[in-house]
Amino acid sequence: MKESLVMTKPLTILYFAWLRERVGTAGETLFPPAGVTTVAELVEHLAGLDERHAIAFKERKTVRCAVNQEFADPATVLQPGDEVAFFPPVTGG
Amino acid sequence: MARISVQTGDFNAGAEIARMTQGRVDIGGLGCFIGIVRDDKPHGAPAADRAIRSLTLEHYPAMTARSLERITREAEQRWSLLDCTVIHRVGRMVPGENIVLVLAAASHRQAALEATAFLIDWLKTKAPFWKREEFPDGESSWVEARASDDAAAARW
Repeated sequence: MKESLVMTKPLTILYFAWLRERVGTAGETLFPPAGVTTVAELVEHLAGLDERHAIAFKERKTVRCAVNQEFADPATVLQPGDEVAFFPPVTGG
Repeated sequence: MARISVQTGDFNAGAEIARMTQGRVDIGGLGCFIGIVRDDKPHGAPAADRAIRSLTLEHYPAMTARSLERITREAEQRWSLLDCTVIHRVGRMVPGENIVLVLAAASHRQAALEATAFLIDWLKTKAPFWKREEFPDGESSWVEARASDDAAAARW
């Protein structure tokens, strides 16, 4: 049986570049519902919040993620208070 | 210790090189890469016909700092660098302006040149910066990542 995380502290969600524009905010904090333990599950949850989030996460394969400022995978497990950032592939330099 | 800076203002490559080499005689080679905002207008088009009006760079400050520290540490270890510098600008820039400076100093040229290429290749694919292009008609769009950049980073 899958354990659900008890979030004692909310997640901080950050958005950059076109994800920020599509969601309409640079960041938000939330307590994910039970059953959301990984990045992939968080993405599913966020995409279901409203139309803006749905549009932002439509190209899900293009969206990159970092947890606590380190690149993360869809399978990365989230901990209470994590800073989770979503953004397009980087284009600096 | 690498010198790392993310800043809105321009940098002076000559001053950065001088800062690196001043007072030491162990550096035998210094690699330098400067990224410049390029106007991709078709060849032969009038100078007034700009393909882009500006680039605006944004970043994820907390992650940028960690990412640049990691990349420079990796270069310092792999090539036994004597020093290195990465300066990346953010904000709005027009064609002809500097975007990024990479300097790598070593005892010999091969390490200096390879480390310079490594630093810019990894920076382009691992540091959280994003470019938005503004066109002369006022339209703008986010620059898409290129597979060729991933390939360049993967060779290291």
